[in-house]
Amino acid sequence: MLLREFYTPKDLAEQISSTNSDGVVTIQRAYAVEKNDFKRAGEVSSQIKKIMKQVGVRPDIIRRVSVAAYEAEMNIIIHSDGGSIEFILNPEIIELVILDRGPGIADIQLAMKEGYSTASKDVRELGFGAGMGLPNMKRCSDEFVIESEVGKFTKLQIIFHQST
Amino acid sequence: MKLLEIKSLLDAEILSGHQFLDREVTNAFAADLMSDVLAFVDDKTLLLTGLTNPHTIRTAEMMDIHSIVFVRGKRPDEETIRMAEENDIVTMTTRNILFVASGILYSKGLSGANIIHK
Repeated sequence: MLLREFYTPKDLAEQISSTNSDGVVTIQRAYAVEKNDFKRAGEVSSQIKKIMKQVGVRPDIIRRVSVAAYEAEMNIIIHSDGGSIEFILNPEIIELVILDRGPGIADIQLAMKEGYSTASKDVRELGFGAGMGLPNMKRCSDEFVIESEVGKFTKLQIIFHQST
Repeated sequence: MKLLEIKSLLDAEILSGHQFLDREVTNAFAADLMSDVLAFVDDKTLLLTGLTNPHTIRTAEMMDIHSIVFVRGKRPDEETIRMAEENDIVTMTTRNILFVASGILYSKGLSGANIIHK
């Protein structure tokens, strides 16, 4: 099965930090994001930003990761039936893995085009849904992989190099 | 330009961050569309907007925007103001419309934000 298992609430509460044999620390977090949860929108991105600040990630990288995380979080809330954001940080890279259940994206090339949006009028009134999200996430990142299956899921893997 | 001067020029009322009014901003961006703020702004800038929901504060938080002017007399709810307070973001509200507020600040020397040209 292509879809990885969704995190259970128990897993979400776990805060994983691991150290390998070379003493390299990896921080890993996983967060659930609910469909239509506009009230809590941005809380996950805010958490991720706080961790990066604590660890001392370069401010310009913090900003790029935060913007991508926030766009992704809004996308899950607006477009999907719910999903998760996984955050991985080590001295080399920062990685966001965003996975949602839902309608998926029929034409990824079109969805990546600036200004293309399927968001509702209500969402636009909140200041979102301008069709800038996916291209903006790509622009912020160093590596951007998107895959989707219509009626099933969308998965984004977004990588930021800490050395650049 | 100091926020205190902006408050005075726009005859604005401070809603949060009273202790940070000596903060300086060098440029500004005006929009009601947070999608555009997230996509175009690449600067620590002053944000002028008529959008008063919590997403405005979240967007500012993610972008390291520390100062927001709400226009056309709009006023966010208490929870949104609290969120701004928690993030050390100065918010103020002016009765001026977006066009006039921007025009006043521009005429006094505040420039437009450097945006990302694609």
